[in-house]
Amino acid sequence: MKTRGSNSADTINRIRGALGEHLLNFEKKSGRRVYIDIAPETVLEASSLMFEETGARLQIATGIDTPAGIEVMYHWALDSEDCLVTIRATVAHEDPSLDSIATLCPAAEWIEREMWELLGIEFRDHPDLRHLLLDDNWPQGNYPLRKFPSGQEVIP
Amino acid sequence: MTYTIDALTKSLNVFHLAGSACNNCDIEILDALTPKYDLERFGITLVGSIRHADVLLLSGIFNRKATVRLKELLVQAPKPYLVIAIGGCPATGLMFRDSYNFEAPPSIPIDAFIPGCPPKPEAIISGVVTVIGALREGAIVPGCLQEPEANPQPAPEAVT
Amino acid sequence: MSKRTIVPIGPYHALQEEPEFFKLHVEGETVVHLDIELGYNHRGIEKLSESKDFEETVFLVERICGICSTSHPIACVQAVEDAGDICVPERALFIRSTVGELERIHSHLLWLGLAGHFLGFNTLWMWAWRFREDVLNILELVTGNRNHYGMMKPGGVRRDINDTDIPVIIKLLEGLKDPIAMFRDAVIEDPLVHARTRGIGVLTREKAIAYGALGPTARASGYDIDVRRDHPHAAYGMVDWDVITCGNGDVFDKAVVRILELFESIRIIEQCLNQLKTVTGPVDSDPRFVATGEGIGHYEAPRGEVFHYVRSDGSNRPVRHKVRAPSYMNVPTNRETVLGETIADATIILAAVDPCYCCTERMAVAVDSPGGRRLWGAQDLIRMSCEKTYELMDESGLRGPEPPPCAAAGQTRDSGR
Ligand code: SF4
Repeated sequence: MKTRGSNSADTINRIRGALGEHLLNFEKKSGRRVYIDIAPETVLEASSLMFEETGARLQIATGIDTPAGIEVMYHWALDSEDCLVTIRATVAHEDPSLDSIATLCPAAEWIEREMWELLGIEFRDHPDLRHLLLDDNWPQGNYPLRKFPSGQEVIP
Repeated sequence: MTYTIDALTKSLNVFHLAGSACNNCDIEILDALTPKYDLERFGITLVGSIRHADVLLLSGIFNRKATVRLKELLVQAPKPYLVIAIGGCPATGLMFRDSYNFEAPPSIPIDAFIPGCPPKPEAIISGVVTVIGALREGAIVPGCLQEPEANPQPAPEAVT
Repeated sequence: MSKRTIVPIGPYHALQEEPEFFKLHVEGETVVHLDIELGYNHRGIEKLSESKDFEETVFLVERICGICSTSHPIACVQAVEDAGDICVPERALFIRSTVGELERIHSHLLWLGLAGHFLGFNTLWMWAWRFREDVLNILELVTGNRNHYGMMKPGGVRRDINDTDIPVIIKLLEGLKDPIAMFRDAVIEDPLVHARTRGIGVLTREKAIAYGALGPTARASGYDIDVRRDHPHAAYGMVDWDVITCGNGDVFDKAVVRILELFESIRIIEQCLNQLKTVTGPVDSDPRFVATGEGIGHYEAPRGEVFHYVRSDGSNRPVRHKVRAPSYMNVPTNRETVLGETIADATIILAAVDPCYCCTERMAVAVDSPGGRRLWGAQDLIRMSCEKTYELMDESGLRGPEPPPCAAAGQTRDSGR
């Protein structure tokens, strides 16, 4: 099997350049894993850069509750260059909201619904924000994946 | 052996309800019908509705959403029926028992547990044969025919 | 304009064993919209994982889905290895690929059987499942269990393959080649399968990319992705095999991709087993701790890429463990593919992505709905699907005078789910 080599340096540099001052932190863990931090307001621009201009595939988005805020990570795969790029935005506990990328990239629709119900992140302009996995009468404000709840009780 | 038990234990029509299962128990149940094990030669068939069934096979834990459906389904089941739980999930909840989306095992009369994760088709067959034997000998009475107070809840102990 | 009706399918029974709930919005007989409701299978595995240590997590993710029960562990241990910079001995890589490909064969045969059942081609169902038993026997020989294998651990595998077993496995694999060739001919040359699946449920390449479709669903649409080749892991970079793609994106192409992949899987296993004769050494690097960090592991499961993200804080438990199963991306494509099709075709289209709800919800039919509406059962849908096949048979003069086996059995035997 001929593998297409891991030759992502050019693309990564282009992404870095295009993000410009939006880029808060850049970490190259290895040739195959890159982590980029951006400000939460610029998620939509960064996603359109990845999806439309770079042609990356949205693997999935993940949310993690940390003391500093809720990290939302968008995992993009550069399939032809054997590299996974993770774009990370941290939103504050007080106002956990982000722009929805579901209209740009339909693949994100379900995961945004999931993060909304499990982590309590509001996605602005999401076409259809309602429960995906949990029961419709799941108690409001009870987010199972929150670890540092500000006032919310997590069902044990 | 009463007439009811005699009729119940012949040519079982089975309705299979997968709760929040991992699919493996379900597939082993189907496996028992395919050529290698071929339960259909004994008249055991799967049916598409609980209203036609003698046996309700449960697999998987039942999460909040699925428990509601299970209760609705039991109301529709024609008596007498047997409830057989396949796998470790309905018996103990396995490692899912601490999940936020899972309360307690639903309190329904379960006549037999076939343990395993998943039980092999052979185990499923042997379990069904044992239940039928016990029913015919009068050793057990189907849970649905027992008086409610004489019907101890299975409430399995925690297995850690 | 005709009236719009909602046909609920599910949640208990329909196309697969798991609960799922589709609401087909139809006008006349044409599907105009599809609403998918999940949640009957949500077990909260991502949260549970945070309370297990790294070795236990593997057993937990194995129980996400009984069909992909080695794909999730492989992706999970790769994520842990990526996070903690753990190296894996070469022999373990070959064993991982062997088990993974055996699983692909059994999963594709399972799908093929169910797809045959939905078309009223019950012979295919029984045959496919009969030969699937042979694969399970090999798996039992290699791993010790038919389904949940418990083979993977961070740093390697739990069980070695004995040298004395290798010729036996190769011989059993040989025995699978003829049946698989038979299935290929049974599906690819059967005029009825053509009539029922060609041009049905088309997913275009653009839509596949937009929805992030994966695995055979994407490859049937000409979207050439395969994580095994694009992001080499396990032993896939060290053996010779091809990625199968088709161009039309209809149900037929999805079946063809899967059947041809069976041959590639056998090729991979044979090469891995041959390598195992020469590659010696331990199968486990026995890591003592997982360093602080975050890691991503992905693996091409039978249905597409499974994705695991693990963050470790240096303790023995993950701080966060994200799981994404391939059906999570593939099932939404149904919203595109069933539009404009008839209800009778919806059965096979919805099944064509090989949906796996256990995976999708990590954590899917009909009882009567609370509102007293009658929900359609699997038997209704499969009966409609079968009837369509028999009508086509009559039109083409392929059916003999005897009653069709499935229609007769439809009353009493609705075992397919
Ligand atoms: S008992 Fe095991 S195999 Fe059966 S549904 Fe539960 S986890 Fe899956």
